[in-house]
Amino acid sequence: MKKNSLRITLLALLIVILLAGCKKKPVAVAPQTPPPPPPTPSAQLSVNPATIMQGDSATLAWSSENAVSVTIDPIGKVDLSGQQAVSPNESTTYHLTATGPGGTAEQTARLTVNAKPAPPPAVTTAPPESLADSFRNNVQDKGDIYFDYDSFSIRPDQQAALQRDAQWFKQHPDAKVSIEGHCDERGSTEYNLTLGDNRARAVKDALVQLGVPAPQLNTISYGKEKPFCTESTESCWQQNRRDHFTLGGGMQ
Amino acid sequence: MLFPAIALMAQEQGFFKTGTNLGVQMRLAAPDFKAANSEAGTAALQRVFNDTLWSDLDQAGIFDLVSKSLYPSAVPATPQELCAGTPGCPAMNAWANAPVNATMVTVGNVGASADQLTVFGWLLDAKNPQAPPVLGREYHEQASEQNARVVAHRFADAIIQRLGGGLPGIAESKIYFIHSNGPGAAKELWAMDYDGANQRQLTHLNSIALSPAASPDGSRVAFTSYAQGKPDIAMYSVELGRMVSFPRFAGTNSAPSWSPDGARLAFSSSMSGDPEIYICEASSCTAPRRVTAYRGPDTQPVWNPKTGAQIVWVSGRASDPGRSVPQIFEMEADGTNVQRLTDGGYAVSPAWSPTVPFLAFSWDRRYGPGAPGAPDIYIMDIANPSHWEQLTHNAGRNDYPSWSPDGRHIAYQSKPGRACEQIWTMLASGDKPRQITHSGCNTQPSWSK
Repeated sequence: MKKNSLRITLLALLIVILLAGCKKKPVAVAPQTPPPPPPTPSAQLSVNPATIMQGDSATLAWSSENAVSVTIDPIGKVDLSGQQAVSPNESTTYHLTATGPGGTAEQTARLTVNAKPAPPPAVTTAPPESLADSFRNNVQDKGDIYFDYDSFSIRPDQQAALQRDAQWFKQHPDAKVSIEGHCDERGSTEYNLTLGDNRARAVKDALVQLGVPAPQLNTISYGKEKPFCTESTESCWQQNRRDHFTLGGGMQ
Repeated sequence: MLFPAIALMAQEQGFFKTGTNLGVQMRLAAPDFKAANSEAGTAALQRVFNDTLWSDLDQAGIFDLVSKSLYPSAVPATPQELCAGTPGCPAMNAWANAPVNATMVTVGNVGASADQLTVFGWLLDAKNPQAPPVLGREYHEQASEQNARVVAHRFADAIIQRLGGGLPGIAESKIYFIHSNGPGAAKELWAMDYDGANQRQLTHLNSIALSPAASPDGSRVAFTSYAQGKPDIAMYSVELGRMVSFPRFAGTNSAPSWSPDGARLAFSSSMSGDPEIYICEASSCTAPRRVTAYRGPDTQPVWNPKTGAQIVWVSGRASDPGRSVPQIFEMEADGTNVQRLTDGGYAVSPAWSPTVPFLAFSWDRRYGPGAPGAPDIYIMDIANPSHWEQLTHNAGRNDYPSWSPDGRHIAYQSKPGRACEQIWTMLASGDKPRQITHSGCNTQPSWSK
């Protein structure tokens, strides 16, 4: 390993030297004239959005040319170009000064901060949505993945739901999710256990294809042991042929 | 045009009846055993004994049991009392001739005294009254209703073995099954006598128990349990009266089945990512060997009970692309020589007869969306799979046939409409269906020794 990296470093150095050599040639043939006066610095400064509510933040962005030092009042010395989130409590005018051998340049940008409206008295500050709430609102309540009878193929009309679920799983990598495979009441308990297993794994495979990390997803088959609907009708059977998601990866 | 079909059906019924040793019915008279004394406890135990003995003989499937209404009014308590010391025993004619026309007669007496139950029973040849009794038995047990039943079962089994071609009777056999108090309640492993008496809870796992399978020697019951959060194979020791440890594997593990020597288990597992049939040593199950390879359901394996070399199981492999309607297949236990046995419909839950190469299974021949069909129990000649017969014709769903040890009976579960499943038994001919459970939901019988 060490030998390899040494070799790569040497190679890189050689390339740099060769490239540098190539570049230097035009400089070497440049006519011998007196150096021009140092160029005047220039600078840009912007804040986006220009108006925020108290407590929100905006992005301050700046750049400069021909400067050796940039300061923004009231922030202080900053990089020659860059950006930074700002969240002042009141409206602020940012004042940039770029200094170089050729002089200075100045720019200003104003951020208007509006005071927050008084909160309605009855509402206490809501806690941020918990993982469990977000899971219920964005995955469980949006519906399960449904199957045709005696089939564990993903139906085309279920793709949109799968993509929506995959999005949430990817946005919540800490959420360990159990995929439950369920079947309708027809057929033997054991056959339905295996069919439910295939259904759970079919959805897991599809989610992994959509970019969800496999370790985030557990599968379990309940066959026909936990029906959602107990009528012996086609519509009820369709209700029971599903993959249902639960939070907390289940047990292995 | 109808005649050949009827003739063929009659022929097939004869074939399966003979194959399951239900062909010839001997005419048997079984008058109530008399009270041996007037002790307070006798009458109750006498009634239990007589009801049980009659039921056992009626269910045996090898007797044409003569109705009690045809019997002579004087019923003897012993052979001596019957013949009354008269040479040639002319009193036997009343049993041998019309309207009784019995070939054999049972006589005996029941007495309870000082906590002791005593039963004497004889089997007499009605056509040969001078011959000594075909068999005579004497039983002494602690007096209890349960023991009155046990003694009746033993006497019935003795008669059945003597008159039924030497095949032991099943009156002392047990049925393991899954019981719950209702839909959604915990499912536990239970046991009962073959006639539904003596129902008792074995496990208290407060989870989902499924697919019980009694070992051939009756010492253990393998089943499926969710007790640790997902379907695993679990093991109950009948001898120890408690759960014993069994290895757990990834995925869905279910439908255990014992090889006839009790040394190996076949089961369905998705440990490799897809449900397949595996075989392992029943004692340790350290290295299960996969014997099927098909993406989709493979489950409910059962062994050839004679050879232990073939396995019949359920697979979705024969279906249209994207669909897995189960059919029943046969293969060598190493996975080779796969043959399809059922020709369509929805076929599950095979059970291999312990005495002949017949398969009982659950079949919905008109399965499909909107189809009115419901599964019934069928019987099939494995050597000639086009040769089958329908055994149940109930409205409702019939599944989980399980053969009695003598191969003459089949237990199964039946779900009429929306009510809970209950367990029934019937002769392997489909005759004498009888509901043996009545409270809660009762499913998946496994008939044991």
